[in-house]
Amino acid sequence: MTGTYLGMPAFPEAAREAVRDEVLRANLRHATHTIRDKRARSVAELADWDRLRAAGKAVKDHTLRHLDRYLLQLEEAVTAAGGTVHWAADADEANRIVTDLVRATGEREVVKVKSMATQEIGLNEALEAAGIAAYETDLAELIVQLGHDRPSHILVPAIHRNRAEIRDIFRTEMGSWGRPAPEPLGDDPRELAEAARLHLREKFLRARVAVSGANFMVAETGTMVVLESEGNGRMCLTLPETLISVVGIEKVVPTFRDLEIFLQTLPRSSTAERMNPYTTMWTGLGPSRGADGDGPAAFHLVLLDNGRTDTLADETGRQALRCIRCSACLNVCPVYERAGGHAYGSVYPGPIGAILSPQLRGTGTEIDASLPYASTLCGACYEVCPVAIDIPEVLVHLRERVAQGGPVTRGGVRVTLRPADGRTAERATMRAARLLLDHPGALRAGERLLARARRLAPRRLPGAGRAWTDSRELPTVPAESFRDWWARERGDTQ
Amino acid sequence: MSSKDRILGRIRRASANAPDAEIPRDYLQVHGTRTPAERVDLLAAHLAEYRALVHRTDGDGLPALLTRLLAERGARTVLVPPGLPPHWLAAAGPVLVPDRADSTPHELDLVDSVVTGCALAVAETGTIVLDAGPDQGRRRITLIPDHHICVIRVPDQVVDSVPQALPLLDPSRPLTWISGPSATSDIELDRVEGVHGPRTLEVVLVGRE
Repeated sequence: MTGTYLGMPAFPEAAREAVRDEVLRANLRHATHTIRDKRARSVAELADWDRLRAAGKAVKDHTLRHLDRYLLQLEEAVTAAGGTVHWAADADEANRIVTDLVRATGEREVVKVKSMATQEIGLNEALEAAGIAAYETDLAELIVQLGHDRPSHILVPAIHRNRAEIRDIFRTEMGSWGRPAPEPLGDDPRELAEAARLHLREKFLRARVAVSGANFMVAETGTMVVLESEGNGRMCLTLPETLISVVGIEKVVPTFRDLEIFLQTLPRSSTAERMNPYTTMWTGLGPSRGADGDGPAAFHLVLLDNGRTDTLADETGRQALRCIRCSACLNVCPVYERAGGHAYGSVYPGPIGAILSPQLRGTGTEIDASLPYASTLCGACYEVCPVAIDIPEVLVHLRERVAQGGPVTRGGVRVTLRPADGRTAERATMRAARLLLDHPGALRAGERLLARARRLAPRRLPGAGRAWTDSRELPTVPAESFRDWWARERGDTQ
Repeated sequence: MSSKDRILGRIRRASANAPDAEIPRDYLQVHGTRTPAERVDLLAAHLAEYRALVHRTDGDGLPALLTRLLAERGARTVLVPPGLPPHWLAAAGPVLVPDRADSTPHELDLVDSVVTGCALAVAETGTIVLDAGPDQGRRRITLIPDHHICVIRVPDQVVDSVPQALPLLDPSRPLTWISGPSATSDIELDRVEGVHGPRTLEVVLVGRE
């Protein structure tokens, strides 16, 4: 999907690295616990939370059922308001469209407001290859970009970095991108935010092209909606002459009224605030058609498929498309808290990433095949999800697909997947277990043998069992089997 | 085949057996019952919680209050939307800078403050909504200067909730929802106000005379 994540080790290896990093674990633990506690208080303020959640789920399900109709309605409304709509079947096509649009303006740089969709398609790398510099303007994205790093959280992408690390990144890297960090630079968040303000303002005031995503698109009116906190979104969406928005097709909602649900559930689920500091809504070029300098004079909307229609074809998995990218599921996940976002090898980390990435990209790679297993299935992610995605249900469904194969849709074509490599040992073990359990005599003999040989039991299993004992202790073998104990102690009652 | 046709074809094949859903609208339109005065109080409390500076006055006191607030910030120049009631800034000391279509972002960056009205405000979330109306001006004038004073006529411009706000807004206009000043929590989740928008948001609640 994107070059950034190529060569990522599968989840278990990546997670093992992360779990050993104590600074990372402390940063993550502090962050996830703070957000999750605040979120619970914020949600408790709304007595109708369950009803808002049910309504949000229903709006998304209804939209997905009639997605063709709503996308066509959206296209018509955006076009009528002076915008131009493009359709991109995959990452390459989307990158090509955006690159051509930027080239047509004659500009060699763009400012970007944080967007999961453009990260997903690796737009920055594609623009760079075309000689166009893409500047991330969200503070956390700036930290990630300057640190030659990858985002590790949907909402707070630099959550894995502490203030001292950020100061060092600003000091050494800002100068090579534009205005250097002020000297001396301390590690107080206020000072660091001020350094980012000065560095980026220079870019905002001269930028002529901006690239964004969107949280919602309204089919009825053609309205685009972006929620943010810092004002970098407003800067990108307002000042440049050309605005290009790359948005996944699942982000459409039918009516302007539907926003009343998500504007209540999204901020509280993500930042735990009643409302995020800034929300920008725009419809094409607006009533002035951009003529009085209020907003861009050209607006392009790139509608992105890139695996979404394949996901839609999966009856169990399609609910992942309801996701509004709030990141509440990350903050409650015991696995995310310890492993961190990078271990998921995708722009979508945490529980939602574990079901979204293997569906958008397929389960062909080792990392994607490992993601459905990156969970304890504790169900906390489902509990907090504001659109009620049953993540554990989809995880189990995807595990079944990885282990057993079966029919899936890839690139719009129905194909039958073969069981993933490396699962053959597991299946052989299960077959052996069934054989043993079906023959009580053999089981009894085996247990006695094991009890007698218990001092010789290895700490790790040989052969196919090694994968299991790599991360687990083998249970100690008792002196006698339960069967023998029962016969000795209670045998007379039989 | 165009990508549009290919994507629409895939959607139609993929969603043919998908369940449809009636959208239940039994969620609340308002969270609690309030008198107009209580609604304004709630707005003020929620704005203050997000570090907006909240002031109250009546129509007669407004010009003097605005003059004082601008002076306290040391504002030498103040941006004025074309339809701002002239008497609001009749007593103001700073130089008034009209919002012109051809003013560049760099010119706006040199202005100290901006004074605007608003389209409406939402009490439950502590939100001001601007719709680029004549007393609010273009989106960029409330974005680039470091100090924004927003005047809300109370209780007339205040609604309780988000569901009450949306039907009053025109989606064909550019809409900016503001809940407290620009902020970030990206560094160790420490909240810092004023990253790229105005660092200071002052809200003046103007009661009926």
